[in-house]
Amino acid sequence: MTDQSSQAEIVRNSLKRRYRKERRFRMYGILAIFIALASLFILFADIISKGHTGFLKTTITLDVTLDSETMYLDDPTDEDQRSMADFVAPIIASLQEHFPEVESAAEKRELGRLIGTYGASKIRDLLKDNPDMLNTTQTMEFLAHDRVSTYVKHADNPRYSIKLSEQQQGWVDQLLEKGVIDTSFNDVLFSRGDSREPANAGILGAIVGSLLTMLVTLAISFPVGIAAAVYLEEFAPQNRITDFIEVNINNLAAVPSIIFGLLGLAVFISLFGMPRSVPVVGGLVLALMTLPTIIISSRAAIKSVPPSIREAAEGVGASKMQVVLHHVIPLAMPGMLTGSIIGMAQALGETAPLLLIGMVAFIVDVPGGFFDSATVLPVQIYLWASSSEQGFVELASAGIMVLLTFMISMNALAIWLRKRLERRW
Amino acid sequence: MSVNETIASAVGTQEETIIPVKDPIEEGKRESIHVEEGKTVGKPFADDPKFKLRNVEVFYGQDRAIKDISLDIARNEVISFIGPSGCGKSTFLRCLNRMNDSIDICRIKGQLMLDDEDIYHSKKDVVELRARVGMVFQKPNPFPKSIYDNVAYGPRIHGLANRKSDLDDIVENSLRKAGLWDEAKDRLDAIATGMSGGQQQRLCIARAIAVSPEVILMDEPCSALDPIATARVEELIAEMSESYTIVIVTHSMQQAARVSHRTAYFHLGHLVEVNETNKVFTSPEHELTESYITGRFG
Repeated sequence: MTDQSSQAEIVRNSLKRRYRKERRFRMYGILAIFIALASLFILFADIISKGHTGFLKTTITLDVTLDSETMYLDDPTDEDQRSMADFVAPIIASLQEHFPEVESAAEKRELGRLIGTYGASKIRDLLKDNPDMLNTTQTMEFLAHDRVSTYVKHADNPRYSIKLSEQQQGWVDQLLEKGVIDTSFNDVLFSRGDSREPANAGILGAIVGSLLTMLVTLAISFPVGIAAAVYLEEFAPQNRITDFIEVNINNLAAVPSIIFGLLGLAVFISLFGMPRSVPVVGGLVLALMTLPTIIISSRAAIKSVPPSIREAAEGVGASKMQVVLHHVIPLAMPGMLTGSIIGMAQALGETAPLLLIGMVAFIVDVPGGFFDSATVLPVQIYLWASSSEQGFVELASAGIMVLLTFMISMNALAIWLRKRLERRW
Repeated sequence: MSVNETIASAVGTQEETIIPVKDPIEEGKRESIHVEEGKTVGKPFADDPKFKLRNVEVFYGQDRAIKDISLDIARNEVISFIGPSGCGKSTFLRCLNRMNDSIDICRIKGQLMLDDEDIYHSKKDVVELRARVGMVFQKPNPFPKSIYDNVAYGPRIHGLANRKSDLDDIVENSLRKAGLWDEAKDRLDAIATGMSGGQQQRLCIARAIAVSPEVILMDEPCSALDPIATARVEELIAEMSESYTIVIVTHSMQQAARVSHRTAYFHLGHLVEVNETNKVFTSPEHELTESYITGRFG
């Protein structure tokens, strides 16, 4: 009896220690997850805190009198006259109404600098399209100069240096009070291409460029990848050559992406003479990079199709191709799609190979086709982040948010597809 | 799929053939019983057989899984293959519709004739063969499609029905023959994998008979089923024996006794004895058969 009770005692004592160990072990796991989540949170918090202002634009709304005398313009349809005319004058005149004390030419120039450089061309384009507006007064919304924008958004932020003179700051404060200067959602960001001036720079060109590039990548890597996976898994004989191919596909998946860029430069551009900076070449390069991922995940998906299903189909007399087309591929499709989408998300975020094939150029126009010069989202972010002007910093962060949104939606799509198409057997 | 996996997926593999005998005392006894190669006691032959199999040998690489077996399978008979694990009965069954073809290292020697046509002739089309010789597997393996599509799959790929109504008839008839019509007629569009194990196996039988085969091979069709479902499938086998030749591999001697006309006893790749079922179970001619059916090993 005593023996048994002492044994129970030992077990009880050790029990405490065991539970303590288990608790500690669980704590490590929770700690690891906490670290991962915390770093993710810090990353997002930093990007959002820096970038949310990128989604705001600063505008100045003015009643502009399009007086033909101040502009030296009689006939807005005449191109020569238009090129000689002074379209800044009506803006300054209109601003002067708010500040009647401004008289000297130097002060007027300072006042005019509150408006971004594209203000004048906005008036020119308006008059070109509507010549009858000459000598009328129009309410127009102008983008504020980058410096004004920085002052309005970041006056209290020590990270930004304010490059407006005291006098200009006073004017801006007054205009803000009057509601002439205002901030609103930055539709410019989503409707234009790149620009030298942050207030006018948009990400649409990069989004369209990314889209075109991804289309090329998808059109090539998805069918080729799946065909290769099906052949290797279902038809290829088991021999040295297939082993060799398999090893090389796995190696290819680990090759640094910049190597693919070099390959694209050497083969597509130098050898085949394709143009630089175009989505077709970018898509081809990214397709090569994505192929191994798609092949490997598709093979895994095909492997996971239970052999009993193949036997069932063979048992009723399906030919090899019917087994593959009717049963194996439909059952493997969710896995194949998931792998492909993850591969595409990877390609969407790829920068290095595209730098080498010239998709890093400064491109203002939104690309209209596969052979137009274009850039892509991550490269646009890279360009903005390395730019010296302050306004681009917040644009880069805004761009990162746009890119992350695309990535998260692609991954969500992959999860949704997997859940949707998953079948039980 | 690697070679090893392929083999493992086929029942009666090389691994099974080298499973050591469980009881060392019995092993000594069994070793003393002499099995003469190619010599089968009982009645292995029949007049005008459906299958005429002569000197069949199957190799997995270097291993000889089937050793010189000769057997006739008569028309419209139910013959069951029994024997301990790894005796080659499943391997032999799979030769009859060339299911072993997909295993690269598997080689088959000898003469296998179905109605005087060589099954393994180089010009023989395996698709046509499998349309004539259907198969039901150990584990119910319906396609993850609707019940209707499962049954209709075979007729569709062989082009047996030109019109939708023809196909509907085939599906209904097959399900009726498999005794599943009453349970399934209201949910033909339901996914087949949602049915119970016994229903799934009967669906697999319906799928096999939908292409109107002449022979149905069954590889332990009831081993994954409960006794009630088993009884239902056995009834079905009895009904089907009127119109089909049925070859059934089973681990259950009671089942063999209940459903089959003749029984063949396999041992380590040899076909030891073939005879009318009641003879095999009441007065076996070979000593090994007797040991097996009296439960001394197996």
